[in-house]
Amino acid sequence: MEIVGKLQKQFIDFINALYHEGFLDDQFLQLQKLQDESSPDFVFEVVTLFFEDSEKIINNLAATLQQQAVDFKQVDSHVHQFKGSSSSVGAQRVTNACIAFRNFCEQKNLEGCVQCLQHVKHEYFLVKNKLETLLRLEQQILAAGGTIPVLS
Amino acid sequence: MSSCYDINVSSSNKNLNVGKKLKALIVDDDRVVRMVHKGLLKKFGVETHEAKNGQEAVLAHRAGACFDLILMDLDMPVMNGRQATQELRDMDVVSLIVGVTSTGEAEKESFVNAGLDYYYQKPLTVDVVRLLVEKFKDDA
Repeated sequence: MEIVGKLQKQFIDFINALYHEGFLDDQFLQLQKLQDESSPDFVFEVVTLFFEDSEKIINNLAATLQQQAVDFKQVDSHVHQFKGSSSSVGAQRVTNACIAFRNFCEQKNLEGCVQCLQHVKHEYFLVKNKLETLLRLEQQILAAGGTIPVLS
Repeated sequence: MSSCYDINVSSSNKNLNVGKKLKALIVDDDRVVRMVHKGLLKKFGVETHEAKNGQEAVLAHRAGACFDLILMDLDMPVMNGRQATQELRDMDVVSLIVGVTSTGEAEKESFVNAGLDYYYQKPLTVDVVRLLVEKFKDDA
């Protein structure tokens, strides 16, 4: 049980840090609360889907911005989708980067859009890395026979 | 799917599937959003169905489907949420239709005017879903 307690503390400290550094917001904590006996893998499933779709969106954005005549409406539509999915999982810094990105779409500012894509990508891969660590910790807690702590 | 047209409903937000679980349709082109909303509704024991755009929602109703609650996104391919809401209301669909978008205030008015009962910013929270589900209890 000592191991479980240690892992649970590590989990709480890590998620608190993610929360305080703005990587995650309340929405992620809400998702955790939706995870119960009837859907024990809920967070894992949502986050996995978010990873899959985010990478598709990033690739689509890069391709759209490389066109000779950039369709800013199309760019905006991808960013809008990314904003919706990132806010649904509580990936706050990605959502904020999308908000800034949409302003440049509106201005049809190609250079600004290209910079924003780099920023969104950077924030996405940062949070992906953090979430992967968090999910690994979850698996370790479960494998050691413990339960996942739910933060209030 | 059951048909609700033979049930006498006097209010727009009665439980149309009387004595049964509440039924909700989640209309959104983003599968992450659909999954999160599904999880939220499941927490309150709501049976969920999904549509990837407004046209799928309209076609489901034309085929006789009926829901107590419809969560409607605004920006979707094929048919957006505003058009879908308008079409559903034109078909005399009396379900509680809740607009759920991440779009700014600018487009809110025309979306609401298409026939929404409520409008919320994405993402929906446990508190908002509880509020929506309780509306059916109040009217039961």
